[in-house]
Amino acid sequence: MGEISQPQLIKRGAEACLYLADWHGRKVVMKKRLPKKYRAPALDEHIRAYRTIHEPQLMHEAKKAGVPTPTIYLIDAKNATIIMEYIEGEQVKRLLAKVSEGERQVLCRKIGELIGKLHKNGIVHGDLTTSNMIQTSEGKIFFVDFGLGEKTKELEAKGVDLHLMKRALQSTHFQFAEKCFNAIIEGYVSVLGVKEVKNVLDKIREIERRGRYIAERRSE
Amino acid sequence: MPAKTREGYCLGIESTADDFSVGIANFKGEILANVISAYLPQKGGIHPREAARHHAEAANKVLEEAFQKAGIKPKDITVIAFSQGPGLGPCLRTGATVARALASYLGVPLVGVNHCVAHIEIGKLKTGALDPVTLYVSGGNTIVAAFDSGRYRVFGETLDIALGNCLDVFAREAGLRQKPGEPFGAIVEKLAKNGRKLIPLPYTVKGMDMSFSGLLTAAVNLLKKGEDRLEDLCYSLQETAFSMVTEVTERALAHTEKREVLLTGGVAANKRLQEMVKLIAEEHDAEFCVVPSQFAIDNGAMIAWTGVLAFTHGIVTPIHESFVKLRWRLEEVEVPWVK
Repeated sequence: MGEISQPQLIKRGAEACLYLADWHGRKVVMKKRLPKKYRAPALDEHIRAYRTIHEPQLMHEAKKAGVPTPTIYLIDAKNATIIMEYIEGEQVKRLLAKVSEGERQVLCRKIGELIGKLHKNGIVHGDLTTSNMIQTSEGKIFFVDFGLGEKTKELEAKGVDLHLMKRALQSTHFQFAEKCFNAIIEGYVSVLGVKEVKNVLDKIREIERRGRYIAERRSE
Repeated sequence: MPAKTREGYCLGIESTADDFSVGIANFKGEILANVISAYLPQKGGIHPREAARHHAEAANKVLEEAFQKAGIKPKDITVIAFSQGPGLGPCLRTGATVARALASYLGVPLVGVNHCVAHIEIGKLKTGALDPVTLYVSGGNTIVAAFDSGRYRVFGETLDIALGNCLDVFAREAGLRQKPGEPFGAIVEKLAKNGRKLIPLPYTVKGMDMSFSGLLTAAVNLLKKGEDRLEDLCYSLQETAFSMVTEVTERALAHTEKREVLLTGGVAANKRLQEMVKLIAEEHDAEFCVVPSQFAIDNGAMIAWTGVLAFTHGIVTPIHESFVKLRWRLEEVEVPWVK
């Protein structure tokens, strides 16, 4: 990776650091998963290597499903580093807070369609938040950070994925969380159909109902 | 704050699960008494009805002892607070009944307190934290929360069982025996200290939420196979589960950019977990705060103190609204005393 020059830290996330850098004359993002001191070394290495390899695979799958994601240039599992395309645009998190009610509905519907495309193709993102979506000046919405995603057709996983989206809206945009989520579901239905979505929504309700109190547990 | 509420005493009753406890706090935030009586199941987990029976039988003695410790008389009480939820129905109802009876007998107001809010408030009171990201881990709850716009917002939580429940069930499955006053978590912690080998177990973080049921099943299956040392299994279970909650706490810390991390709830007593959360606090230049162990487990003092906060901010619960709320979520509660 000697070709990378002038890495500049743009985001120090909880899991990884993102650097903006120049790579063969291209503006790129370098995502480096740093060792976590709190984790046992064996567990730490396993988690970082797994996510470094897994994430680009999912991003590639997502692209095939019609969901814009940054193009991957290089994967270095040993150093837990990914080099990918830099997306110029604005975080949906910021956008939602400043656009009009109507624009917000349109935006959320579009997000719903994209989530629908992912789920239709057996991809769950695993961390659907508005910070992980970037809108470009042409109005294309890119999904980033697939580090916690997985390939699965399970209803449970889809339910959890959308439940996370709902929760993210409630914690960051609680003033209009409900309307946004409803618009997302509208877009989601347009891709997956009413019947499938009904199952997913039922699943979400089940997840939300699921007790954190286990009163009795049979353990003969 | 009206003049008459500047001084006074709040008696708090906690009975959400296996502990029945009475705490007394004065309005200045001094804890004068915190008496806990734990129900210890003969076999298996908490049976709600059996626990409730224990609470009903223990109530008198615990109340008496609390008054003795605090050195005040029942007529000195200004307000009665009780844990209104979330928790086990029969247990909650027993505490609520005691609270209602006392309040109407003494002719003082009643305040229904959210158990999760109380764990955060006692942590803040005892550590001096003002606006922390809180990791609240116990037998019934696993929540990462932080204050925003009038409420404690839940950033991450378990999608199924609680972290403490996961450790408890594993310990029971392993045939470990509990002595009075010794939580299962402490036994697992002791064994884990002699663990050497990290056995791969499911690590499940989904966004900000976690799942412990798959981890528990996998650990119990390995236990039954009998090929691994129990110490190694305890070590691996702890490392995996604690890494999950620590990862989510770190994400919340990075997201909210708060300057304090508060560890509270029964599992907060675990030294290894403390060490892990402390490391992420340091990495984000945040102060690490951990609730003292007598206030980590379910206790009446936290209910009493939260009752003080609520009452002095004009909150009272009329008798006809004092029914228990089994699934009362943390983020449903307005906390006007936090700015």
